[in-house]
Amino acid sequence: MNLLWLQSGGCGGCTLSWLGSEHGPLFRVLADEGIELLWHPSLSEACLDEARELIAHCASGQVSVDVLCIEGSLLRGPLGTGGFHRFGGGAQAMIDWVRQIAARARHVVAIGSCSSWGGITAAGMNPTDACGLQYDGEAVGGLLGPDFRDPAGLPVINVAGCPPHPDWITETLAALSHGRLRAEHLDDYGRPRFYADQLVHHGCPRNEYYEFKASAEKPSDQGCLMEHLGCGGTQAHADCNQRLWNGEGSCLRGGYACIRCTEPGFEEPGHAFETTPKVAGIPLGLPADMPKAWFIALAALSKSATPARVRENATADHQLRAPSVKRSKR
Amino acid sequence: MSTRRIIGPFNRVEGDLEVTLDIADGRVAAAYVNSPLYRGFEQILQGKLPADALVLVPRICGICSVAQSAAAALALADAAGMTPPPNGRLAANLTLATENLADHLTHFYLFFMPDFARTDYADRPWHAAVAERFRATVGSAPNQVLPARARFMQMMGLLAGKWPHTLAVQPGGSTRPLQSSEIYRLHRTVREFRSFLESVTFGCNLEELAAIASRAELDTWRSRAGGGDLRTFLSIAEDLDLWHLGRGTDRFMSYGCYKEEGRRLFAAGLWHGGAAALDIASIAEDTSHAWYAAAGLPQHPQEGSTLPVAEKDGAYSWCKAPRLAGQVVETGALARQVVAGHPLARDMIAASGGSVAARVVARLLELALVLPAMERWLAELSPGQPWCITARLADEPSGVGLIEAARGSLGHWLTVRRGRIHNYQIIAPTTWNFSPRDAGGQPGALEQALAGLPASASGALPPAIHHVVRSFDPCMVCTVH
Repeated sequence: MNLLWLQSGGCGGCTLSWLGSEHGPLFRVLADEGIELLWHPSLSEACLDEARELIAHCASGQVSVDVLCIEGSLLRGPLGTGGFHRFGGGAQAMIDWVRQIAARARHVVAIGSCSSWGGITAAGMNPTDACGLQYDGEAVGGLLGPDFRDPAGLPVINVAGCPPHPDWITETLAALSHGRLRAEHLDDYGRPRFYADQLVHHGCPRNEYYEFKASAEKPSDQGCLMEHLGCGGTQAHADCNQRLWNGEGSCLRGGYACIRCTEPGFEEPGHAFETTPKVAGIPLGLPADMPKAWFIALAALSKSATPARVRENATADHQLRAPSVKRSKR
Repeated sequence: MSTRRIIGPFNRVEGDLEVTLDIADGRVAAAYVNSPLYRGFEQILQGKLPADALVLVPRICGICSVAQSAAAALALADAAGMTPPPNGRLAANLTLATENLADHLTHFYLFFMPDFARTDYADRPWHAAVAERFRATVGSAPNQVLPARARFMQMMGLLAGKWPHTLAVQPGGSTRPLQSSEIYRLHRTVREFRSFLESVTFGCNLEELAAIASRAELDTWRSRAGGGDLRTFLSIAEDLDLWHLGRGTDRFMSYGCYKEEGRRLFAAGLWHGGAAALDIASIAEDTSHAWYAAAGLPQHPQEGSTLPVAEKDGAYSWCKAPRLAGQVVETGALARQVVAGHPLARDMIAASGGSVAARVVARLLELALVLPAMERWLAELSPGQPWCITARLADEPSGVGLIEAARGSLGHWLTVRRGRIHNYQIIAPTTWNFSPRDAGGQPGALEQALAGLPASASGALPPAIHHVVRSFDPCMVCTVH
């Protein structure tokens, strides 16, 4: 299976995240999974005319592309011309190359939240009219349109995340290489379910604080980040606290909020990213699948039952009280 | 009569790059550097809550992500008039140093060296061995380096949650308090990376390399046994005379970085044949040759604007042209070490100015200089002491954040009005190095470095062009942002 990777309106961070893969030399892992890198802008030797010729052949069909990976938003502006991003060395806008190659590729994969939904590049006034391959925020459509399907009947596969975990990328590509990725393996937003059918909350080491609503009040506090500091981990789809980042990390382990970066529209939460919006003291974003009345009732109950150890440690940057040691009665 | 060639895409740079060459008499008569991607971060930031910049700006760049975070945190801290506690300052140093060192490694092994594996050099005696070692994706070096780099980046898992795009770097310090066993694990990671560099990259210990004080000592060091990839590069540099390739403006700037008690590990300043004062107030961005609505005279970034236009006479890039007191400056590891006063860095530019070889050596030299500092910073962390403070931002403050990314000087200028971002201007390292011409017709640093290179009007271009371009370690996504 060959793979062509192109970048557009993004930061290159998905590639950099991917290079942090912790399962041995990434290039050899790809080869071992039967994946041949046709061209990647940051990694391949070919450049200038040699690279342009290859891309042109991919667009014309002289070279058949098995998987087209796009990193970065698709920039439609100004005025629909795509002029905010030309592929270097020629006059053609990147969105034109992407449309042509996507129409011929066996599979199209959006790498990261920019090419999935528009992402950060579409934030604020969205000056470049940025969108994803098949979504514009939550709305299906994007550059390729709602009806796009690859020859196998799959929509664009959205490996969303800002950035995605290196394993999300490699596992998706390996599943395609082995013919094991079918429509039922994608969730409602086209994300691979192997990571999107989890919540960031699952495996969060602050779980005891969450249970008792013992909350962090300022950065570097050890308590739960949901009540005050904007954490959306109970709603965001990803396995970040089960499949850790850069060894033993995750956003919550790093002491800061999950900003739901795998979700469409995460770039405009409608409130300060690191502050939880509340009505009458109740956080607006409730945990996924949790009935509101029960959440409020349980939160009130658990707050009143919070052990002093948990309450005191929650607002400190180191453990003030260790769990007590229990001696058996003999 | 000159022939015009538009060449691109340059890959193995971060982001998109195209260069237009006017070629006459077998040489580059003039070069025009174009950044062909615009995203509009300065427009996106307008109207946002100031603290939200910490989410937005790291996403300007996947490779300078922490540097962007650090610049924003400094600008916000400046606006709030706050100074992080010692643990916060040390954590910020460690996080930035991890990114900067990983970037130096990535640049050398994945972006720069693969050009010597090209068949253009098939006639050189070193080619077969270098191709086996450095060929893109299949060489032994990239496959040896990526796991070592990933292991080193486990620093980020503990210090910053993840990389790229962390929120651990805050104006008041770090969100990630570290306890003693975590500090020990960081220490092991640094020591493992040291061992990798000493055996694979340098073939000597870091302190020995850092003590090299001149070109002559470097040559002596190279002739000694020990192996390592730096020696391989130095042999190539000698053979291809990379010490006389790619001279720029020889005006070197650094904002300085890595705050220690009462000083910075690398001092800020300007060097032009000798030390000169760095006057930040004399920075102005010229947009005469960039696709932005002209705002009259070049503006200081605190007053700057970013209004893209689709068509404009004479414009050829999305990159603005920053100038320091009207002058073009070069920024990057070489500039940083020249300004900071490292004797090898100063000696490397004494005879023939900035060059491809000097830029590459300076980058590797920094690996040897900064890793021991990281070991020191880790030992200075004190669990139980504060990591982060908070302060309320006034309604209408302004702030400046100046930092050194791997590839050079990065500045953020922030103005807040009625609690919202009124203006946010960013000048990135490659904005300086790869700027287009200014109103006076003065070419940018790379444009100057490319002029005069041998080039054919129709046939294949010599690989020297690639070496010069990549010697700056360009980051194009930062350049325009």
